[in-house]
Amino acid sequence: MSTTPLISVRGLGKTYGRRVGCVDVSFDLFEGEVIAVVGESGSGKSTLLGLLATEIAPTAGAVRYRKRDGTVADLFSLSEADRRYLLRTDWGFVRQDARDGLRMNVSAGGNVGERLMAVGARHYGNIRAAALDWLRRVEIDDDRIDELPTAYSGGMRQRLQIARNLVTRPRLVFMDEPTSGLDVSVQARLLDLIRGLAADLGIAAIIVTHDLAVARLLSHRIMVMRQGRVIESGLTDQVLDDPREAYTQLLVASVLAA
Amino acid sequence: MSDKAELIRLERVAKTFTLHLRGRALIEVVRDVSFSVHAGECVVLAGPSGAGKSSILKMVYGNYRADGGTILVRAGGALIDIAAANPRAIIELRRTTIAYVSQFLRVIPRVATLDIVSAAAAEAGLSSEAAREQAADLLTRLHIPRQLWQLPPATFSGGEQQRVNLARGLAATRPILLLDEPTASLDAANRSVVVDLIKTRVSAGAAVIGIFHDEDVRDQLADRMVDVTRFARDRAA
Repeated sequence: MSTTPLISVRGLGKTYGRRVGCVDVSFDLFEGEVIAVVGESGSGKSTLLGLLATEIAPTAGAVRYRKRDGTVADLFSLSEADRRYLLRTDWGFVRQDARDGLRMNVSAGGNVGERLMAVGARHYGNIRAAALDWLRRVEIDDDRIDELPTAYSGGMRQRLQIARNLVTRPRLVFMDEPTSGLDVSVQARLLDLIRGLAADLGIAAIIVTHDLAVARLLSHRIMVMRQGRVIESGLTDQVLDDPREAYTQLLVASVLAA
Repeated sequence: MSDKAELIRLERVAKTFTLHLRGRALIEVVRDVSFSVHAGECVVLAGPSGAGKSSILKMVYGNYRADGGTILVRAGGALIDIAAANPRAIIELRRTTIAYVSQFLRVIPRVATLDIVSAAAAEAGLSSEAAREQAADLLTRLHIPRQLWQLPPATFSGGEQQRVNLARGLAATRPILLLDEPTASLDAANRSVVVDLIKTRVSAGAAVIGIFHDEDVRDQLADRMVDVTRFARDRAA
């Protein structure tokens, strides 16, 4: 195992004039580790995800990323070609609303195949076989491969989005509220799927969620955000079972027990 | 005992909860907790409920943070202080060295019982086939009927869930075993199965810290008792 983190974040921040997006975020993440970012809406967790995925430019701090060739690069001074390579292959981004992460006018198989073509796959038979394989892994039946995502249920769309993201074997996956908006039973199935895939493929994942139960099931570590700052972080079960900060205690105490 | 390696050593460990939601009330649970456990030894924590037995166990597992002192654990050749270790080190310790079984089963919904236990066995490095065999063996010994194996345990009885939890906790052979009332809702027959399983681990060299309500279980397993009330705040008890 490498002793250099896959991604190393230091003092990362984004302010919009006087308004704070997020401030002074620092953490390291290694392959196979899943970190959850929790907090209420407006806490800065989505801004943080946007910064890490290079969708938003930071106003402070640095992010260093270890590329596949072992060299470490500063994310915000990558060439556009390098950045695009990361987005297309090395990273995945599972959006809360599958419509933002899928091409809704392209078939399910096409959605998965497209990412492969972006990294140079050209053989139609191979691409279709890979798409089929991934659809099976996310438990979508073979005979649905030619349908448009519009014909899919919410849970199926989310699984399709996961297949589309993982087909290129990314090393780092961003997930923004991947299970919210789904029925509870569908949520459980999706959680099991995500957990299994993350463990089997050894990918690192950064999951933004407001749902502490999701964080507990999926993540090794947790960061609690409030008003743009990380106010508490650590081992997931430690932070949830022995929260130290007043705000974290309030969050944990506010969860409805089923 | 001196010929066996010391696997766990707590020195002056302290735990105080700050309850922010109750006007920052301070609840001192324990202080000056000091004891050690050697390979092949089962140490039982004794004391009335609320004395801090579970808190001590949870600190050794890294589930609760210690506010003071050191919790040294031998992992391979290294000594690691859990009270100061980073999350990554604790996760690695849990994968390789420390198993923890509580009385409550917490799992992802929808996952079949056999898969839950197999996954735990595989986590410590068994091949998937060996892991399934190990899981099947444990579930059989713990009297979980075979027709339940493909079902998620959510709908099982309390005793069945607890036995699934034990199967999961024991699926991987780790040198340190932390047991928090693992026999709380079991009948006599199943209790004795559990006692046998734990005894086997101890004689194979595991260091065990246990909390057992049941006196009978305690008498059969305890090599030594640690009275937790002596770590209590007022020490009057």
